[in-house]
Amino acid sequence: MVDQVLPFAVLVLVLFGFALDADHRTLRTFAPGLFWVTVLLSALLAIQRSASLDSADGTGTSLRMSGLSPVARYLGRTAAVFVQLLALEALLVGGLVVLYGVSVEEWFLLVVAGVVAGVAVAAAGTLYGALASGLRARETLLPILVLPVLAPVLIGATRAYDDALGVAAVDGWAWTGLLAVAALVLTVVGASAHGALVED
Amino acid sequence: MVELRAAVALLGRFPALSGVDLTIHAGETVLLRGPNGAGKTTVLHLCAGLLRPESGGVRVLDHDLTEVVGRRSVRRRVALLGHATGLYDDLTVGENLRFWARAAGLSAVEADRRTDEARSRLEVPDHLLDQPVHTLSAGQRRRTSLAALVVRRPELWLLDEPHAGLDQAGRDLVDALIGDAVAAGGTVVVSSHELDRVAALSPRTVTLAGGAVVDGPATDSGGIR
Amino acid sequence: MAEEPMSPAPLPEGTASDTTGSRGSRLLGVLTLVGLAALGVLAFVLTDPDVRIHPSTGAEFGQFDAVRMLYVHVPLAVMTYLAYGLCAVASLGVLIRRTPWWDVTAHAAAEVGTVFCGLVLVTGSIWGRPVWNTWWEWGDVRLMTTLVLFLMFAGYLALRRTTGDPRAVSRRAAVVALVAVLDIPLVNRSVEWWENRTLHQQSTLGDLKIEDLTLFTLMLGFLVLGMVLAWLLLHRFRVGWLERAALDHLVAAAIVERRGETPDDELRRAVGDPSPGEPL
Repeated sequence: MVDQVLPFAVLVLVLFGFALDADHRTLRTFAPGLFWVTVLLSALLAIQRSASLDSADGTGTSLRMSGLSPVARYLGRTAAVFVQLLALEALLVGGLVVLYGVSVEEWFLLVVAGVVAGVAVAAAGTLYGALASGLRARETLLPILVLPVLAPVLIGATRAYDDALGVAAVDGWAWTGLLAVAALVLTVVGASAHGALVED
Repeated sequence: MVELRAAVALLGRFPALSGVDLTIHAGETVLLRGPNGAGKTTVLHLCAGLLRPESGGVRVLDHDLTEVVGRRSVRRRVALLGHATGLYDDLTVGENLRFWARAAGLSAVEADRRTDEARSRLEVPDHLLDQPVHTLSAGQRRRTSLAALVVRRPELWLLDEPHAGLDQAGRDLVDALIGDAVAAGGTVVVSSHELDRVAALSPRTVTLAGGAVVDGPATDSGGIR
Repeated sequence: MAEEPMSPAPLPEGTASDTTGSRGSRLLGVLTLVGLAALGVLAFVLTDPDVRIHPSTGAEFGQFDAVRMLYVHVPLAVMTYLAYGLCAVASLGVLIRRTPWWDVTAHAAAEVGTVFCGLVLVTGSIWGRPVWNTWWEWGDVRLMTTLVLFLMFAGYLALRRTTGDPRAVSRRAAVVALVAVLDIPLVNRSVEWWENRTLHQQSTLGDLKIEDLTLFTLMLGFLVLGMVLAWLLLHRFRVGWLERAALDHLVAAAIVERRGETPDDELRRAVGDPSPGEPL
């Protein structure tokens, strides 16, 4: 994770910087959006790795034989991805401050929105990671399947960060509320559907 | 203990088992033999509750494996040793054993106790405890896999070519393990090409070919004829 | 699923025809074509363009001829929701009941629904060009939601096409369909809030005066496009059902073949010699 996903994330931020060829003011305006797109793309990598952990060496089979409930396995995996995403977000906020000249106005909102959005992404990602695993085209299927579902999370998290980073006058907390609903729905659905997926 | 009646199992669209009739009683030792591709591994997976039977009857340990509930319930009582290690490569031996013991539902104390027991029985030395699994030799990995299974104290053992890739000492250990399981009243089903070695355990022999049980010795070459 | 049948054994009774048509469906088809023609005439010739007079300036404004697109666009949208709704229900059926009927229905509904969804986007875009002066308007809530919906089900169809255990694929696809449908309200709400923030003032359906001939044409649009939906669903379902029957037949034949395998066959297969019992 440390040597792969994090460098990738920073790289994406840098690439955006190159591509936009902009001054600090423009970068600051787009920072929330670029941040969350970077998080989503990096999350795809983290999810792929998490899903593939159990396809090698027969550990997937051992997990099924262990008698652990599918819900427990889902929650465990989601928690693991969630923790990675938090670390990722923390690093990227630093990246925003340094590379894009962003300043954080509301730390509390930033953290809460980041946590809630992280849960949503981890929940959806773990579900779709399990869904795509074992299929031939799983590397390309995962992004196609999970990204549209995460569209509301992208919109909501970006708007919340617009507020937290002082970029636009929006009600970040209202958006965080929406994110919380999304996180809840995705976690509940993920936990319920996971059983159907790993079962035969 | 195990009852298969005209069991058909598909792997994708391929009929791995085309109608297996097999009965195994508690405490028996059974040797599954047959050429590669006969369906031996599939029979083991079916009995482990990992595969849904397409048709036919499958009962293991009084669970009806044609139902999802049955399959889920039977897994805890069964140990399956497959071709893969079933261990996390990046974790150490100790971490793996602890994880799988806890995953099986044991308390921390009980898990430690049984793990120590299993380790000494399978001669997994202390100095290996902190080694990541990927640094181990094939024989050491096999012992660790077996130790993880021993901890579960299963009623039914399903061993898929347990001797493959092991040295003499390793093979002896596997035999001793099977002996233990039998002595403890467990039921053991072994799929193997090592007929002489397993014969010493005086098992009942079942021959598979074409996804079904056949009578008499099929050409079991264990390789290319 | 584009393999040729391995064995020459005939398919089950009643499926030996060349087409998926039947007396009933042909009648429906003819009626639909007639309806489409009528709709075309009404929508593009007989009804008036949307021309309104501004109360204070007296100038003409409105959607003009673009409004004609709506006679097709709106019914298409409704049919899309119906089709996707059917897919969601069928997907529930797949997970709970697991019979092939639900699975084929889900797949058929998703495919037809996606075609309709694509048409909604296209007609919406065509309508939008003269009205908004742009091919795509990020500000339109419905258009955005429909786009995300389209993408979700495009993913569903991609998943359906992967090779692998058919049972696993159908279960996973069912999950995708259900999550998509559950996610749509979230998408809608988030896009709505987003649009309100940007204060877009767009010309919408609500502005129109819908009465008399306009109303009749719209209703006809619903009816005719409903018939198109039914016709397409029927045929797509039948195709799916036949595919399924063919597959079951292949599997049954493979089982028989497998049972008849001698140890020689097996050995040849194990060594890599192609033989009749080769897995697909």
